[in-house]
Amino acid sequence: MAETVMSPQMSEFLASGQPMLEFENVSIGFEGHQVLSEVSFSVAHGETRILLGPAGGGKSVLMKLANGLLEPDSGEIRVFGRSLQAMKERDMYEMRAHIGMVFQESALFDSLNVEDNVAYRLEEEHVDPQEIHARVLEALSFVELDKAIDKYPSELSGGMRRRVSIARAIIGRPDLILYDSPTGGLDPITSMTIIELVLKQRDVSRTTCLLITHRLQDAFTLATHRYNMQEHHMEPIPNHGIDPSTRFLVLNEGKVVFDGATLELTHTQDPWLKEYIE
Amino acid sequence: MRFVSPEAYAKTLVASVQEYSLLCAQAIGDVFSRPRYMADIYTQMDSIGVGSLPIVVLTGFFTGCVLALQAAVSLKEFGAVNMTGELVTLSMVKELGPVLTGLMVSGRNASGMASELGSMKVSEQIDAMRALGTDPVRKLVTPRLVATVFMLFFLTIISDACGIAGGAFVSVAMLKLNAGTFFHTGYMSLVHGDVVEGLVKPLFSGFIIATIGCYYGLRTTGGTRGVGQSTTQAVVASSVIIILVDFLVTQLMIGIFGR
Ligand SMILES: Nc1ncnc2c1ncn2[C@@H]1O[C@H](COP(=O)(O)OP(=O)(O)O)[C@@H](O)[C@H]1O
Ligand SMILES: [Mg+2]
Repeated sequence: MAETVMSPQMSEFLASGQPMLEFENVSIGFEGHQVLSEVSFSVAHGETRILLGPAGGGKSVLMKLANGLLEPDSGEIRVFGRSLQAMKERDMYEMRAHIGMVFQESALFDSLNVEDNVAYRLEEEHVDPQEIHARVLEALSFVELDKAIDKYPSELSGGMRRRVSIARAIIGRPDLILYDSPTGGLDPITSMTIIELVLKQRDVSRTTCLLITHRLQDAFTLATHRYNMQEHHMEPIPNHGIDPSTRFLVLNEGKVVFDGATLELTHTQDPWLKEYIE
Repeated sequence: MRFVSPEAYAKTLVASVQEYSLLCAQAIGDVFSRPRYMADIYTQMDSIGVGSLPIVVLTGFFTGCVLALQAAVSLKEFGAVNMTGELVTLSMVKELGPVLTGLMVSGRNASGMASELGSMKVSEQIDAMRALGTDPVRKLVTPRLVATVFMLFFLTIISDACGIAGGAFVSVAMLKLNAGTFFHTGYMSLVHGDVVEGLVKPLFSGFIIATIGCYYGLRTTGGTRGVGQSTTQAVVASSVIIILVDFLVTQLMIGIFGR
């Protein structure tokens, strides 16, 4: 999945060096209950942005806003340099073609088997069936799930569903991947294999991504490990190195309480943040 | 249970009606533009039309039977038992066929649509669909709408036929009437307007079933409990609206055809 066929606008945009995703004073609430207030941050090209925060803090809402699945009450969201507020529904679908999303509970289509779930986007785009099949196999082998191709979601374990969901998100060769709690509800060992996949995706294709997690351990694994492409496994970055493109965003009660690099987070003086990281 | 002020209630009601109207407008608009999901339309036709056939045949047939029995009792007092055929045919074609078929399919399919779409909504499959570049109204609502309107039309005709057959069966087997007379009086009593009335009604009912079922499904919140609530609400709302619209259409037809 290394080579990406890019539209001219996209390569032009990437050359401009603007952030891939940008939030500016974004607020949203539901029935009088404020979920996000005045949130601003940006995600640069090639960055892995990890979103941390207590449950119910609005992380999933933020991610849906980024994909245009929800509309903010105020503020501006720019994806690939274009404001979502200024987009028509049709442009929105065009933009989503460049974004892969992994939902919190996988959100696989129950009525379709694994192959059709993964192929869904390509089927919608009327890609040639032979190419679809080849790309489904490629995506499934990336997530190491070739054998489950004919199974239905109800026959899969939680970890396998998450893998299918990742395969479905990356099959379109997206420029931005949104992972909503990819390890949520999984046991530690399965979680680690999922994080390894995220890491592999990051290091193989250098795709920009935004990842929500409630497990700090996952976050620090991403910051301190790299994928060894010769031996096909992840390993710690030598000499206690830290991946420079991994950055953090911490949300609490709808506000950004931290926005910065790994070391800044681990050396924070903020009492709430300190306690949260412990 | 929480009590809401009449003003707040009225506001939510108006908002719901507006949301529902927008959904209907979009679903209809999608019929006339590409892309169309033909495979989904056929799947829905199979599930709605073929799947509802047994209940529609059975309810139609037994409604005709009951109608013949009841009619014969009343008509005997006037010495007009021979008009049983007329009464059964007219009632089935104008009223009972369309309404009962609508209610049966509503109970079966409005609930099915609300629960299927509701489960998809609460498990984020609807959002996933949008994230993957598909408009859920186009993919889910429009095929159901087209399939329900189309199939309900034919189901109603089948129901009418079964009802008349049921009436004939009871008249001949139990009331010892002449089958020829039954069908002849029945046939002669029908005029153009009656048939039009009977065939216009299912178009409305089909529209109501599909749009109400999908509307309640798509606005589901609150997990599996929410799915249960949506399902119930969809059946109740679509049944009531079917009968209400039946009344309005009847009124309109009387205005047009004078009977
Ligand atoms: N569609 C919605 N309608 C109403 N409230 C919502 C909706 N989506 C999220 N919320 C509320 O927003 C808050 C934040 O939710 P969420 O973003 O899922 O938190 P988390 O950080 O755990 O992912 C919660 O209180 C939730 O109830
Ligand atoms: Mg969440």
